[in-house]
Amino acid sequence: MANHALLREVTLTLPMVADMEITASKTATAMAEHMGLGADQTDEVRMAVVEACINSFEHSHAEDSRVYLTFAITGDEQHEKLEITVRDNGRGFKTSEVEEPKIEEKLKAERKRGWGLKIIRGLMDEVDIESDAEGTTITMVKYRRAGRGK
Amino acid sequence: MTETLKVTLKKRGGLSVIYTEGYINNQGGEEIAKVAYRVLDGGEKKLLLNLEGTKIVNSIGISILIEIIERILEIEGKLGFCCLTKTIAKTFHIMGLAQYADIYDDEASGVAGMTG
Repeated sequence: MANHALLREVTLTLPMVADMEITASKTATAMAEHMGLGADQTDEVRMAVVEACINSFEHSHAEDSRVYLTFAITGDEQHEKLEITVRDNGRGFKTSEVEEPKIEEKLKAERKRGWGLKIIRGLMDEVDIESDAEGTTITMVKYRRAGRGK
Repeated sequence: MTETLKVTLKKRGGLSVIYTEGYINNQGGEEIAKVAYRVLDGGEKKLLLNLEGTKIVNSIGISILIEIIERILEIEGKLGFCCLTKTIAKTFHIMGLAQYADIYDDEASGVAGMTG
């Protein structure tokens, strides 16, 4: 169980205001750097957090207009991971009904958006999405690869 | 609080190159599109986007870049990107943009690749 010890945790509550995702990305960067993620991995975490926040801003329609984030570093010196949850109290969506965007279709389509979840899944090591009428929680994990700062 | 994107246009070896500095979100994407469409409306069919000054993008901003790609494909032109961070390049690959736009490591190879 020692591998799963909580080493550090930061929580953040953000209003759904334009560009507030940048604030979240700065916290993500600080946490990623703290645990010794390399620059590229840190960048990936940062962009995934931006996308998760935008997803909430755009689609949740949460009455409290807030996004709740938790950044947790767990594990031990050898096996650290950064787990980030982005939660809203919005109306949720059926994950099974989210279509996988395809560039060849988007190029011809009127609506070219809808890439957030695909980007998050592509950038993070593990992604879990839970959504119902009470809200949505996206949980994302990035593992530190062997060798700090690589 | 709104992050603003600085967009500039220069000619390099006869090719129009758009430089960005800052966050490419929806407003940033619109700024790039304005400059890109001005170039295309002037009759040019090739365009290179140098993103060296951009360290973060979001999917809404990239969606506007897809609109630019669509417009360029319609006129049988060519769009290239250069000087991307590894994460932005990876994101473009995840989305499949690399199938429809060329990605170059640096500006010199971008200009050579698009004008050669």
